[in-house]
Amino acid sequence: MSRHDTSDLIFRRVLAAFPITVLIIVAGIFFELVYSSLPSLHKFGIGFLYHSIWNPVEENFGALPFIYGTCVTSLVALLLAIPIGVGAAIYLVEYAPVKVSRVISTLVDLLAAIPSVIYGLWGIFVLVPFMRNVVQPFLGKYFGFLPLFQGPNYGIGMLAASVMLAIIIVPFIISVSREVIAAVPFVYKESAYALGATRWEALSNIVLSYGKAGILGAVILALGRAIGEVMAVTMIIGNDPKIALSLFSPGYTLASVIANEFAEADFPMYLSALIEIALVLFLVAIIVNILARLLIWSVTGAQSAEAVK
Amino acid sequence: MKKLLALVAALGFATSAWAGQIQLTGAGSTFIYPAITKWFEAYDSIDPNVQFNYQAIGSGAGIKEITDKIVDFGGTDGPMTEGQMAAAPGKIYHIPLVMGAEAIAYNIPGVGPGLKFTPDVLAGIWLGEITNWNDPKITAQNPGVNLPNMPIIVAHRSDGSGTTFIFTHYLSSVSPEWSSKVGFSTSVSWPVGLGGKGNQGVSGILTQNPGSIGYVELAYAIQNKIPYGVVENSSGNFVEPTVEATSEAASGVPIPADFRASIVNSSNPKAYPICGFSWMLIYKNMAGEGAKGKALVDFAKWAVTDGQKISAQLDYAPLPSDLIAKIMKTLDKISY
Repeated sequence: MSRHDTSDLIFRRVLAAFPITVLIIVAGIFFELVYSSLPSLHKFGIGFLYHSIWNPVEENFGALPFIYGTCVTSLVALLLAIPIGVGAAIYLVEYAPVKVSRVISTLVDLLAAIPSVIYGLWGIFVLVPFMRNVVQPFLGKYFGFLPLFQGPNYGIGMLAASVMLAIIIVPFIISVSREVIAAVPFVYKESAYALGATRWEALSNIVLSYGKAGILGAVILALGRAIGEVMAVTMIIGNDPKIALSLFSPGYTLASVIANEFAEADFPMYLSALIEIALVLFLVAIIVNILARLLIWSVTGAQSAEAVK
Repeated sequence: MKKLLALVAALGFATSAWAGQIQLTGAGSTFIYPAITKWFEAYDSIDPNVQFNYQAIGSGAGIKEITDKIVDFGGTDGPMTEGQMAAAPGKIYHIPLVMGAEAIAYNIPGVGPGLKFTPDVLAGIWLGEITNWNDPKITAQNPGVNLPNMPIIVAHRSDGSGTTFIFTHYLSSVSPEWSSKVGFSTSVSWPVGLGGKGNQGVSGILTQNPGSIGYVELAYAIQNKIPYGVVENSSGNFVEPTVEATSEAASGVPIPADFRASIVNSSNPKAYPICGFSWMLIYKNMAGEGAKGKALVDFAKWAVTDGQKISAQLDYAPLPSDLIAKIMKTLDKISY
């Protein structure tokens, strides 16, 4: 086929339009967020990021408690979800009988499709009582010397929200990790076995090392979901804009405060501050993504990071 | 069911263009939404030519949309401020549609409904100054009730809402300390407590935490059989929150001519003190809107009279008759 084939050229141009659309949308969102938060940006300046007062009555706004709540809950959720998610993926691909693997994989995909408001309702009626009656008394009794597990036990709070987020993101980690692990070429594994490697050695040296970039990619995807999650978190986090070290205490996230207060924000400055919260959320998501990508590069070298994209 | 009605309303909207019907759109308060949906349904037999579409997007958003003339009427649980009135392109009337009250609900092991609260105690609890159920300020009003030595867990609404507006407005009017430290709005900076999303979220906190206290819409508390307390009103009477005691709050008391009145802490001795209006916002001048003006006024007149019986079935407190007469006079002033 000729290089100057017109149909090919048209096809290429048309395809090029699609990624440009994505760029335009991202730029459009960014522009709108900055433009609408200008009054708030002017009034509070950089202090918006480190002030911890959120008072709609006096129109005094600071985002720090929300940034803190978002980061803490997402981080704890990741700590809980990574071992479960990656472990489950390894089991499903490497150990489970095909029938079991198929049934569980279908269930996992089903979990990923549950709307988060349903998770939230389940959280209020099942998870919160469980946290209050079982998990938190246990943590308080045996790990109460850590400031993380002190203070009054309501059930509702940052720990409940983190566990909820972990449950929501586990299916994403399992799904993507499963594909990544299944994609490791058989030849590699067989070569390891031929050299006398045990199953564990083959797994840790060959499979995980080959799939490292892909699994990290899965984790980034999950983290993005955790940072932006609204409904399920709002329903069980306690919605209190204070910074507390204890995971038992109520907290607040960036996404939650927007969902809670946007509809009734009837003063221009209030609205503008909420939109600036959205801008902060947007930037936090971008920064976390960049950091995660840097992490991948440092772990795997730039070349395999290309594969993640 | 509500969704279904909204869908039907939306379908009505789609077909009205060729049928030559009158299309009225509204937006705002979520509190009034169940009543207004039921009214729309019943009004179809009064005037089948009028089609409604109401979006329950919150009072704040309702005020914005009526100011921008995106909708024909707004719905709000907090009156527009002077600044907001000035920003509107024309004079807006506040038409009270129903009344609502907030019940003080609690979960104290071994204590039944009917616990007595004074305004001082309520303000003290929400300010975080009264922190235990056996505080002498609470026990003094409740002799014979075995109040446990148990920390108080305070619950409030986390989402901006008219419910919070009425409750904080009440606290501001009975407690100078609350007024200066916190103030009132649809969302405030709470000194203490856990925030639950919606009535559902607050009652979730209540049922799961022994020692908790919170405020929920009276209709919600009645329908879900949540135990609630009695509150001392401005005349010193302890009043149970009922639909009747709520209506009393606006009866026989001076109400300003524009109806932008707060009726918390009413001077009527029979009134329950924590309650408020839900208003419809309409432009005084509806000329140039075609048939819409007359249709809207007719509907409003019907809603504040015959419609009250329908909304009462949903536990909304009806407007007192002396107030209805005044509202009808105001509606007559609307030009179309």
